[in-house]
Amino acid sequence: MTESRSAVGAGGAPGNGYDVSDDVVAVVEDTDLPRRLKDEVYGTVESREDVTVEEADEIARAVEARYLDTRVDPLDPVGTVSAQSIGEPGTQLTMNTFHYAGVAEIDVTQGLPRLIELVDARKTPDTPMMTVYLEDEYATEREKAHEVVWKIEATKILALGDVSTNVADMRVQISLNRDTLEERMITPEEVAEIIEDSLGVETVQNGAAVEFGPEEPSYRDLLQLVEELREITFKGIEEVSRVVIRREEVDDGEEFVLYTEGSAFGDVLSIEGVDASRSTCNNIHEIHRNLGIEAARETIIEETNDTLKEQGLENVNVRHLMLVADIMTNRGEIESIGRHGISGSKDSVLARAAFEVTVNHLLNAAIHGEVDDLNGVTENVIVGKPIKLGTGDVDLRMGSTGR
Amino acid sequence: MMQHSTPKDIGSIDFGLMEPEEYREMSATKIITADTYDDDGFPIDMGLMDPRLGVIDPGLECKTCGKHSGSCNGHFGHIELAAPVIHVGFTKLIRRLLRGTCRECSRLLLTEDEREEFLGDLDQSRKLGRDLNDVTKAAIRQARKKDRCPFCGEVQYDIDHEKPTTYYEVQQVLTSEFSQRIAGAMQGDEEAGVERTTPDELAAETEIELSRINEILSGSFRPRESQRKAIEKALDIDLTDEDTNKLMPSDIRDWFENIPDEDIEVLGINAERSRPEWMILTVLPVPPVTARPSITLDNGQRSEDDLTHKLVDIIRINQRFMENREAGAPQLIIEDLWELLQYHVTTFMDNEISGTPPARHRSGRPLKTLSQRLKGKEGRFRGSLSGKRVNFSARTVISPDPTLSLNEVGVPERVASEMTQTMNVTERNVPEARRYVTNGPEGHPGANYVRRPDGRRLKVTEKNCEELAEKVDAGWEVNRHLTDGDIVIFNRQPSLHRMSIMAHEVVVMPYKTFRLNTVVCPPYNADFDGDEMNMHALQNEEARAEARVLMRVQEQILSPRFGGNIIGAIQDHISGTYLLTHENPSFNETQVLDLLRATRIDEPPEPSGTDEDGEPYWTGRTIFSELLPDGLDLEFTSESGDTVVIEDGQHASGTIDSEGVGEFGGEIVDTITKQYGNTRSRIFINEVSTLAMRAIMHFGFSIGIDDETIPDEAEARIDETVADAYDQVGDLIAAYEAGELESLPGRTIDETLEMKIMQTLSRVRENAGDIAEEHFEDDNPAVVMAESGARGGMLNLTQMAGCVGQQAVRGERINRGYEDRTLSHYKPNDLSAEAHGFVENSYTSGLSPREFFFHAMGGREGLVDTAVRTSKSGYLQRRLINALSELEAQYDGTVRDTSDTIVQFEFGEDGTSPTLVSYDDDNEIDVDAITDRVLDSEFDGEGRHEFLEAGSEATNLSEHADSRRMDRPGTEVTSDD
Repeated sequence: MTESRSAVGAGGAPGNGYDVSDDVVAVVEDTDLPRRLKDEVYGTVESREDVTVEEADEIARAVEARYLDTRVDPLDPVGTVSAQSIGEPGTQLTMNTFHYAGVAEIDVTQGLPRLIELVDARKTPDTPMMTVYLEDEYATEREKAHEVVWKIEATKILALGDVSTNVADMRVQISLNRDTLEERMITPEEVAEIIEDSLGVETVQNGAAVEFGPEEPSYRDLLQLVEELREITFKGIEEVSRVVIRREEVDDGEEFVLYTEGSAFGDVLSIEGVDASRSTCNNIHEIHRNLGIEAARETIIEETNDTLKEQGLENVNVRHLMLVADIMTNRGEIESIGRHGISGSKDSVLARAAFEVTVNHLLNAAIHGEVDDLNGVTENVIVGKPIKLGTGDVDLRMGSTGR
Repeated sequence: MMQHSTPKDIGSIDFGLMEPEEYREMSATKIITADTYDDDGFPIDMGLMDPRLGVIDPGLECKTCGKHSGSCNGHFGHIELAAPVIHVGFTKLIRRLLRGTCRECSRLLLTEDEREEFLGDLDQSRKLGRDLNDVTKAAIRQARKKDRCPFCGEVQYDIDHEKPTTYYEVQQVLTSEFSQRIAGAMQGDEEAGVERTTPDELAAETEIELSRINEILSGSFRPRESQRKAIEKALDIDLTDEDTNKLMPSDIRDWFENIPDEDIEVLGINAERSRPEWMILTVLPVPPVTARPSITLDNGQRSEDDLTHKLVDIIRINQRFMENREAGAPQLIIEDLWELLQYHVTTFMDNEISGTPPARHRSGRPLKTLSQRLKGKEGRFRGSLSGKRVNFSARTVISPDPTLSLNEVGVPERVASEMTQTMNVTERNVPEARRYVTNGPEGHPGANYVRRPDGRRLKVTEKNCEELAEKVDAGWEVNRHLTDGDIVIFNRQPSLHRMSIMAHEVVVMPYKTFRLNTVVCPPYNADFDGDEMNMHALQNEEARAEARVLMRVQEQILSPRFGGNIIGAIQDHISGTYLLTHENPSFNETQVLDLLRATRIDEPPEPSGTDEDGEPYWTGRTIFSELLPDGLDLEFTSESGDTVVIEDGQHASGTIDSEGVGEFGGEIVDTITKQYGNTRSRIFINEVSTLAMRAIMHFGFSIGIDDETIPDEAEARIDETVADAYDQVGDLIAAYEAGELESLPGRTIDETLEMKIMQTLSRVRENAGDIAEEHFEDDNPAVVMAESGARGGMLNLTQMAGCVGQQAVRGERINRGYEDRTLSHYKPNDLSAEAHGFVENSYTSGLSPREFFFHAMGGREGLVDTAVRTSKSGYLQRRLINALSELEAQYDGTVRDTSDTIVQFEFGEDGTSPTLVSYDDDNEIDVDAITDRVLDSEFDGEGRHEFLEAGSEATNLSEHADSRRMDRPGTEVTSDD
């Protein structure tokens, strides 16, 4: 959360970096403005010539007045408003599971299914993907960028050469493609070794040809071996089935960006040449594991925002998405929205019973001897009391003389 | 008795189990007969309809509390069960307890240390608000590991649970054929290479005396457990059999009774409120008759509630059980009856237990028993407690009325005289109150009821109204009809956002529909194709004040979703303003006055100039400027692409269309609302819509088939592009078949071909659209609508005039139907455009039968999609609301839930309201402009002060506060606003 009204010049002098007098700083800091507005005031005062302290004070107060006008009202039921603001356009989202995101080559779940997936906090998304940014020369040189690609993309045997089965000799024969091997920086020896390690067979390697067979001649075992051979990942990360390399415009020229189908965020971050500070992944749990809960919150906001934008609903205010992300990450771990997460861990028995699996909640409450203090919204609707939200949360009354 | 005093205000609710004694204590009567009514139709004593359980028939008196039906809530009775039965809801917990406690001393199978540890964990979880079940499950798992009780040393057996309510103890006992098994094993197995074992060897290996071995082999001695294990080990065989011993509910009850209170605390059970033995029922409470009313059918027959049916079954079996037991029936019969009783009690609680056939009604319909009454959307919780039926509500069809203000709603007289507002009569409004009463219940602004100061409520009738009116005086209450200016709540389902429920002021009208101004259609998402809406009349002053201040339509002009206006000009209004301002036509004085007749402007403004004849004329923009507030400065790009400039409330240039005054973030409406307030914005929207209606009527606006027809020459060009594209597709297919097509990265060749064909064909439609567009005049009504953003787009026009284009199912060309082809009209594996749903005709030229069929396929997918989407997004919305509903912004700026957990320190990181700040602005506050104004010292004295202080808005008075008072003639002409 950005610092707002409290921290006056945390770390160094307030009005850092602006050429304004201390008096101006004093009057501006005296207001209830959030940092960004204070900075903007400094910037404006700086750019105008000879602004007097009185004028600066007036500017600051005028800005403050405007700011206070645009603040949320106390006791505003912001939760409901945010929920409605995200839910209401849900009817306008598409159901089409597959659609093309920024990269035409990779299919990504879009629209309503994706939104549901995010809010459910699924362990793995339907279509996991990563956006991998590169640093330094890896970002600018195609060769270097490809080096990273081979480290990420899972290389299967079929990409390296041809596999044939010699039924007569009960042998599996692989003829490797020299060029591909060189390009992907793997030697036939390594290939043979990996096969031996993972299949537990003796291999005969001769130049670009690798050959092996089952211990005892058996047609079934032979086919089994071929099947298993196809599954071996010789290089790269097993989860990543495909990497697409794209040249993208940036402020100072162009850079290569990798888009992957499948994700293994933790593994990718440690690969040389990967810019860990910009690379992301669409699996919020992976982000949480590797970068922590704040990063997860940020990802939830980004992903929901992107999903809505893709569907032409860019006009949903991010503040609503922030609230959803905040409540999902409030306890320091990702909680889903629904029966297994936030709604299921409410304090009130009645609120839980009214949401889903009614009977079980009541029975468990009886066993545990729970007490419902009726603080929340649903409970009070049920018992017919005013809700402690909005106008119902105001304790001040007018005109009671007490008689 | 406790249940007689119904609490007025519920402070908290405690949950727990009830013990049998408590059931008996609160019971009004014991129920022993399964019969309900006798031959005379009177309830039988100690039967299921015993009058002590409450009354449902009007006129009868409750024998317990003496009240009549309606005021008596009913009283519980009880059935003494002949034998204990298990409560189905707790079967899992019973299993856990059986597995975790000692079969002998009933203590929890955990050492003191372990117990302490789990208690600590439990405490921790409770504090952190985690799921307690995780800890209790772990505790049981730990306890199950013990095969001996740490306290009494008794051997523990495994517990088998046969769903739903049967438990077995599984013991490993010596099999009866032990001697044969040992002998067999001693024979050895030559094939498997196991050698023979002689009794001597066995004796040596097991350290059992040889004589014993011989005795065992002859079967005359049963080896002890230690000996058995030794032999088993030596010969590598299993000498045991599983012996299952059924645990009767009475056994379980005895077992549980001995569990000490401290032990079950580890399992998260609150011993004070819920003893585990109470999970096995010995007494069954009988719900009051009011909870299971019987209905009398037309033929005089009584039809009983499902619960009553179930209770009848229980009592019958219970009786039979007791009789049989007393008669000393064999154990087998007793057990069968016991099981039957268990079944009936089980289904009484829950009739949807998997593995148990549901109890059925005579007609074959499964009975709706206790669980089913609570569960689901129509259940007690969601259907009756979270959503309640209310009085003072009305529902009817809606229809448009552009003469109403957006704040108003036209209410049919019939509704207005059915729904009332309570009027407290004081010295000052006695005549008014009397006039209402005099009009009676039939006359429109009349009254339906009056309440005397002594609290007695009297119905106003045609007969007594005159007489009553004279009696009405200060201190009375009059329930008068709704009149113009009253505030009511108006709603259209589905209520997806807060603008679906808004407060309107009543305008009583003839006929039978609710009337709305068309500009409030977007927030309600309403149209007039038969939509119905609900109205609620508010019943106390607090509610009316809240509705007026917070919920009135004008307070909801800005949507919190995107921070722009959701109410604004729509459809024809947009076309109207477009026609008025796009080419900036001129009008003479009569026309100007006609255009402005429904606004506040009575005098034409300064003429824009004079024509050749010296007559003054006014341009459209001048007229539009009249509606703008003074001092408005604005510049933006319109939907039609030109720049709109407004300077000091004068519209200088540009076209006013959907970007300017439209419903989703129209710049002018948005700015007026934010700068000049809701009231000014309401006036503006009302006036824009009426001006636009006048304008469109002035110009005339219609659309016909000729407007979408293009010349033959253009048609020929379109045909040409289509033919061209067909050739290209043919080339692609040829290249594909020749294997010359190069695949795109990451795609197969087939996919590449499909993508390329799709691209080519979508280009056809674009080109056709372009060609068609060239031939449309700018004043073509369809073009006007598309360009102004009023309705439809160029795509619709293209499809009508040019070419409908490729039909798609699941984002692909149509690929379904017959084997290898879409229709039998085509050859198998035909990849051409027309064989896969390309429609080259336009809607005007008409679709060929095959095209029509493909078009219907695409259309159907759309319909299915919408149906699936609504249910999915509805559930998403419900979950979101449920999870977020308790969050509230606090006075200190934080966002907290109702238990005061902080979720955000500042809403949206900066505390600004999403309603007031547009989604695409980082910062609504223009510091630069403020600085300019301060430095230029535009203001002196008062003005400066106002500018510097936070603005405060005027209170929300009724639009017609003055003109609608009853004692005023109200005949003078007032403008709409």
